[in-house]
Amino acid sequence: MRHLLTTKELTREEAELILDLSGQMADAVTGREVPKLPALRGRTVVNLFYEDSTRTRTSFETAAKRLSADVVNFAAKTSSINKGESLRDTALTLQAMGADAVVIRHPAAGAPQRLTEWLDGAVLNAGDGTHAHPTQALLDAYTMKRRLGGIEGRTVAIVGDILHSRVARSNIWLLSKLGANVRLVGPPTLLPKGIDDWPVEIGYDLDASLKGADAVMMLRVQRERQNAAFFPTANEYARLYGLDERRLALLPDHAIVMHPGPMNRGMEIAATVADSPRATITEQVTNGVWVRMAVLYLLLTNGEAR
Amino acid sequence: MVSPALRQHEDDPSGKHILAVDDIGRILDRIAHQILEKTKGAPDTMLLGIPTRGVALAGRLAERIRRFADIDVPAGTLDITLYRDDLRRNALRALGPTELPAGGVDDQRVILVDDVLYSGRTVRAALNAVHDLGRPASVQLAILVDRGHRELPIRADYVGKNIPTARDENVAVRLTEYDGFDAVVLTGGRER
Repeated sequence: MRHLLTTKELTREEAELILDLSGQMADAVTGREVPKLPALRGRTVVNLFYEDSTRTRTSFETAAKRLSADVVNFAAKTSSINKGESLRDTALTLQAMGADAVVIRHPAAGAPQRLTEWLDGAVLNAGDGTHAHPTQALLDAYTMKRRLGGIEGRTVAIVGDILHSRVARSNIWLLSKLGANVRLVGPPTLLPKGIDDWPVEIGYDLDASLKGADAVMMLRVQRERQNAAFFPTANEYARLYGLDERRLALLPDHAIVMHPGPMNRGMEIAATVADSPRATITEQVTNGVWVRMAVLYLLLTNGEAR
Repeated sequence: MVSPALRQHEDDPSGKHILAVDDIGRILDRIAHQILEKTKGAPDTMLLGIPTRGVALAGRLAERIRRFADIDVPAGTLDITLYRDDLRRNALRALGPTELPAGGVDDQRVILVDDVLYSGRTVRAALNAVHDLGRPASVQLAILVDRGHRELPIRADYVGKNIPTARDENVAVRLTEYDGFDAVVLTGGRER
């Protein structure tokens, strides 16, 4: 494994290795006087973010720092990218500086793949367009594994704006590979076309889809990507596809409520549900650090790195 | 390239047996007594085994100290994988657990336990790992086999047996807990 670009290309063994390593990272750091490990000392991790992000960028930064790597942050708005530098020229600059790993978020699907052609170091996809966001899916899987005791045979409902969601896509491939049953639920306008061969069940009625689900993953309605009218009003969306207290009661008692964040409270998820003990939203953030530590460790110490 | 002798050893331990089960038992008895003597009854002391086989050895030493002196010396596990200095070069290593006895290492006498002392790099990593867990009063080292060829200024406080070796030889410690039998086996190298 040289790069982490999508969950689709991971083998089941690789995915399980990452999840196991994540737990070991959590155990290795939790409760220590110095919550830092020297494994990546002297290595440089570059965060190259062409889109806004607080959670993912700080999570990668924290993970890299916990492993003692040096972290360089490039944000598009405050760098030469803003002066019109091409992705290739930015990549060559990073290459010349000796980046051991580049974490990239980009509005265009496939940008991380292109980056691998210009860099010797490892490339980690932190979200590209509506294509993939592998570390988010891995941290979701890790959270499910911890809270539900496993993933094999569990049923997960992914609800809402599937069309624009790279989180949903990465989760579909990862969770089905790990043996989960994946249900997609949302308004027909927000389900992608041509998904008949995806390993999922498709539904339009949220109440029905919640029955028997072990986990429900609420997606943010991505208004910034929407330039067409996908649903009449926010109120109607919340009524049909929002997770409120009544719907929470339809879930089995052990089921968990997940959200990749940032949330639109009152839209796809009611405030009381987001704050309920069955919501794993802050836990997902914590787990994100373990998973990203595992991935960085895996990509930078496997003897294949330069 | 794995030498034929070593490969054969993986399945059937037919290398040169240096220590047998009785020898290992006597050595551990002696080290347990030495620990009690040198630490004057082992107050505020813990044993930390370095995976894999140091963990079982630490457990055996704790059991003997309890049997000989009726003193409870807690035994824990210290994984040093992330502190190794060859992470960049070698293939991926799985992490092991680190399990500290309650109370942690602060102000304790920490006795590191490992099976073979060779270059000293594992012990160097263990010292750094302990340092990140807290501030022990002192750190000592107990080792079943010292095979020489140190690359760092490190020596053991308790040595089971000194075994002179050539660099192209391999000392394998076999313990019932992992291998089903106790032995120290010398493999590889030229026939002597």
